[in-house]
Amino acid sequence: MTAIRCINVCKTYHQGRDEIKALDHVDLAIDEGAFVCVSAPSGGGKTTLLNAIGGLDMPDSGEVWIGDTRIDQLNKGELAELRLRHIGFVFQAYNLIPVLTARENVEFVMEVRGVPSVERQKKSREILQEVGLEDLEGRRPAEMSGGQQQRVAVARAIVTDPSLVLADEPTANLDSKTSEGLMDLFAKLNKDHGTTFVISTHDRRVMAHARRLVKMLDGCIVEDIRQKGT
Amino acid sequence: MNTAGIVMRLAWRNLWRNYRRTIIMLMAISIGAWAMIFMIAMLRGMVGDMIRDGINALPGVVQVHHPDYRDDPSVENLITMPSGEIESVFKEAQIQYFSPRVRVPAIVTSERASRGVTLVGVDPAKESLIQAVGSNIGEGRNLESVDDSGVVIGHRLANKLETSVGKRIVLMSQDRNNEVVDRGYRVIGLFTAKLPAQEEMFVFSGRTVVQKMLGIGDAVSEVAVSGPDYKLVEPLVQEVRQIFNGSEEVLSWQELDEYLSAMMGIIDGFVFVWIVVIFLALSFGLVNTLVMAIFERVREIGLMLALGMRPASILSQIIVESVFLLLIGLAIGNVLAYVTMLMLPAGIDISDLADGMELMGASDVLHPTINVKDIIIVNTFVLFLGVLASLSPAWKASRYEPVEAITKV
Repeated sequence: MTAIRCINVCKTYHQGRDEIKALDHVDLAIDEGAFVCVSAPSGGGKTTLLNAIGGLDMPDSGEVWIGDTRIDQLNKGELAELRLRHIGFVFQAYNLIPVLTARENVEFVMEVRGVPSVERQKKSREILQEVGLEDLEGRRPAEMSGGQQQRVAVARAIVTDPSLVLADEPTANLDSKTSEGLMDLFAKLNKDHGTTFVISTHDRRVMAHARRLVKMLDGCIVEDIRQKGT
Repeated sequence: MNTAGIVMRLAWRNLWRNYRRTIIMLMAISIGAWAMIFMIAMLRGMVGDMIRDGINALPGVVQVHHPDYRDDPSVENLITMPSGEIESVFKEAQIQYFSPRVRVPAIVTSERASRGVTLVGVDPAKESLIQAVGSNIGEGRNLESVDDSGVVIGHRLANKLETSVGKRIVLMSQDRNNEVVDRGYRVIGLFTAKLPAQEEMFVFSGRTVVQKMLGIGDAVSEVAVSGPDYKLVEPLVQEVRQIFNGSEEVLSWQELDEYLSAMMGIIDGFVFVWIVVIFLALSFGLVNTLVMAIFERVREIGLMLALGMRPASILSQIIVESVFLLLIGLAIGNVLAYVTMLMLPAGIDISDLADGMELMGASDVLHPTINVKDIIIVNTFVLFLGVLASLSPAWKASRYEPVEAITKV
């Protein structure tokens, strides 16, 4: 079944007098349980595509579907609800809320969803164990390394079992060893939980993990490769 | 979706994120609240003293007169009910604090000077019950009975007349036939009053002695009635009106002294203006603090919105943070104000300014008076306006587009 569909999606930004086509008639369909990398050079449109899929940014034209819901026609409240219930986000940087501990950050989405405290604590501890941070649950972001913070963000993204995880350059600020560990974690979660992953990157090592690689240039999809052996 | 828990926790922790800024803001709110409460307490104390002193000078919270007495306070306008009968009807009505008295304009003459005064013939036993002017004897003795033929005058009047305890003075007034009557009296005591003008205005003697001098028999000019609280005067007025059944004029202190009554209204206006002025100064700091706090947290707010937190929860978070700040600041301010009051049990001596204050009818010692109603008004007002002032930055924060906020540098 198709998890994401983008039909003829266009998005243009204006910088002074310049017009930048961030998405130029993009058509894309991603199946449930897929592990997809979107790669592009800087300014290629990968973040804009992820933002459009995640309901963080509205396309100028075209349609964006998550499952059976056309999200480009939803209002702010409905989009917030969609993000809360169905999508996990991992951003490039500034992923965590500084005044909350690792466990509280993981619990954040559950708490906003109204999950009872006991269940929240149980799930967050399990997921922190899964990402190897069970000993750091009481630490605040400033007391953790970049890699540890990204893993907490991953834990938060998957703790509610979302159908889709969108990760925007999750390894951009990480060293190669930590990046490798994070991608292994994504792959494991994709395999174990059946979660659909869409990861934007221009890191070749990340791309190597993907079963499908979508390459973009100047807002257009220029290549869509199904990779084997990943 | 119940986000109250996370909203409260985030608001509380964000409050202490930049603790120096929070402490400075708390100091501003606390000092503001302290200033509001303490200054209002000073005003209330000053006006309360003015009213109490004024009522003592009247004296009594309710007065009974002949209907024409206030226009012409002479012996022609006396109460028709004799003092003996007044005593029995008041006792029957179980009104304890009353004093029938004769009160006429007079001239007092010593061997060195003369002055216009008010001669008051009193029953000292009853006057002490209503704690009227003249009860506070600083030198000599007080009057002992209605038949006491001595006079008690104020210290200041004694100075002006260049007389003293033991010396004789002459009091002149008019009788019912408009004939000048006079009598020599010995000064037996000097009283002190909070208001210097009262020390110069009144001369007290035994009621029967004054009645005899004026040739008015058992008649009196007024009956002063006192109650437990000057603010709760209306039931007493009704009760006394029933006693006299329309034959005499029965007035409350507000009707007798419109200046004092107006002070009660004016003070409420002062309180309001004072709160608004201090709050305006505070609100700039509060809004600035919140704007800065939000500005520092744009990306974080974007992240929360991106993760699915509703704009209403962001709005609530900022407002709750402001409420926490206001509540802590107000609590400290309230405690500070209370402690300040405790440290001033004897009031504040403003005798250096007392001559000026006297023109307003105020005494030379200010007794700050905490009024629960004022504390509630100050706290509610600051809290309400504080929340109102924080609405704009909070609204702005909740309107961020997540994608723009999260990428803000």
